[in-house]
Amino acid sequence: MRRLAPPLLILAAVAMAALALAVGIGSVPIPPAALWAVLTGSGEPLHQTLVLELRAPRALAALAVGGLLAVAGALMQVLLRNPLADPYVLGLSGGAAVGALAAMLLGLGSALVSGAAFAGALLSTLLVFGLAHGTGSWTPTRLLLTGVVVASGWSALVTFMLAVGPTRQLPGMLYWLMGDLAYARSPWWALAALAAAVAVAVPLGRSLNVLARGPLQAAALGVAVRPLEWGIYVAASVLTAVAVTTAGSIGFVGLVVPHMLRLVLGNDQRLILPAAALAGGALLTLADVLARTLIAPEQLPVGVITAMLGVPLFLYLLHRSRG
Amino acid sequence: MTGDGLAAEALVIDIPGRPDGQPLDLAVRPGQVWGVLGPNGAGKTTLLHTLAGLRPARSGAASLAGRPLPYWRRKALARRLGVVFQERHDGFPATVLETALIGRHPYLAPWDMETAADVAIAREALERLGLAGLEERLVGTLSGGERQRLSVATVLAQEPAFWLADEPTNHLDLRHQVAVMDLLAAQAAAGCGVLLCLHDINLAARWCTHILLLYPDGKACWGPTDAMLATEALEALYGQPLVAAEAGGARVFVPAGGGVSPPPGGG
Repeated sequence: MRRLAPPLLILAAVAMAALALAVGIGSVPIPPAALWAVLTGSGEPLHQTLVLELRAPRALAALAVGGLLAVAGALMQVLLRNPLADPYVLGLSGGAAVGALAAMLLGLGSALVSGAAFAGALLSTLLVFGLAHGTGSWTPTRLLLTGVVVASGWSALVTFMLAVGPTRQLPGMLYWLMGDLAYARSPWWALAALAAAVAVAVPLGRSLNVLARGPLQAAALGVAVRPLEWGIYVAASVLTAVAVTTAGSIGFVGLVVPHMLRLVLGNDQRLILPAAALAGGALLTLADVLARTLIAPEQLPVGVITAMLGVPLFLYLLHRSRG
Repeated sequence: MTGDGLAAEALVIDIPGRPDGQPLDLAVRPGQVWGVLGPNGAGKTTLLHTLAGLRPARSGAASLAGRPLPYWRRKALARRLGVVFQERHDGFPATVLETALIGRHPYLAPWDMETAADVAIAREALERLGLAGLEERLVGTLSGGERQRLSVATVLAQEPAFWLADEPTNHLDLRHQVAVMDLLAAQAAAGCGVLLCLHDINLAARWCTHILLLYPDGKACWGPTDAMLATEALEALYGQPLVAAEAGGARVFVPAGGGVSPPPGGG
């Protein structure tokens, strides 16, 4: 019925443009012609190094992380049947932060920090799910409440570690908490996770549309509700864990991007999920360009930019939707 | 046996804290319209959900075509059994046409988009419920009665062989109550089995072929409409004195007594 292709092609073009911008802009600007030369294998050695070893991996990581967060947010919104849910609403980023900060306090290297963040995110996921599952009754409200309480527990631990941590480690810890792509080494895991998630989620899109109308209605229309809900929960958690592990806890992408897309494109998950992957990726790529250039040569944590863009935008959307 | 119908076999619905009461042994067969009557809290909705396979029975079984519901694949069941719910959740905004189209979900494979034929079925269902012209409206902007008719239209698009409808005339004005009851009777005449939870005895008397009376303590009795709609039985069911009268060749029941007198026996 609705044509899915045109909006997705437009968003794909925007994402490609954002990538090109991110690779071209910096302390040494690379004009489009020089960029093309690099991509086709010629070009100056300095440009080669800048593009292929520094800027392209970081830009691709931003694209992947933004896409992961937006898709995870869109999935959480369907799972909780709440258009204001985000990937962190169930305490996942708190668990990751505790893992990462503990690893930093112990003086571990960046690979181990990432590993500890991933472990913390999954631990938090299991904790929330196990506690919310309880004696069997499993409702979005109960899941949400459990997640919020677990998140405040993590946040107390984070504050504790910041309070006792040595002063020289504080900036690194704060940057991690705000979300920072400077540590993103390899984008390939995140990109692979994003591609896999979209490939699996799009065929399930119509089932998700039905699930958004409530579990009883969905079951009456032939959806296996419980396996689908567990699947969404696990998928959204793993996607968020990969994103947080790659770039720290970047806020607002997972909340604002799906919400804006729903306002413009409607609520067909078959369209929203791939659109969220592209739009989230494009948004975070552009935000990272701003983070690198606004006060160059200093860098801002990209989470500051997404929050500064996201907070007013979201408040405006909320205000408008009430009227 | 109950081979060709939607059957309750020694079925006890699971309402926490209530004794088992009378197990149900009945079958809704093609062509029949069953009306379930009972006061608030008697378990009408629970029974309907149990017969739809959405809720486990305490004992006994609900079965379709001789096979217990848990042995059906959910999607295969959804092609044969449609449910009009009393409560609706509209988590995300959707249009009227999109909502009617989800009735086609059981017929589509994961990769399929809705075809032109599916859209035609959904549009026709909307038209039969008097919702033509509202296709692009957001569901949230509809009136209560229009939403109720949209729920019926969604199940009509689902093309089930058995209808389970929980108070399908809720929120409807008189004309649309008659239209919806006519539509359900027409479905039965075309070979469907229909079971409705109702609060209006007179709708049940006029359109149902069979009646099931559910009492709050778990007792139940059922049979053909003429045998079941006795004034004393209905008074005991609702704890409310009734007056039966003849109107236009049909029996009608109205509450006895004035609105200001205290209920007899302390209610």
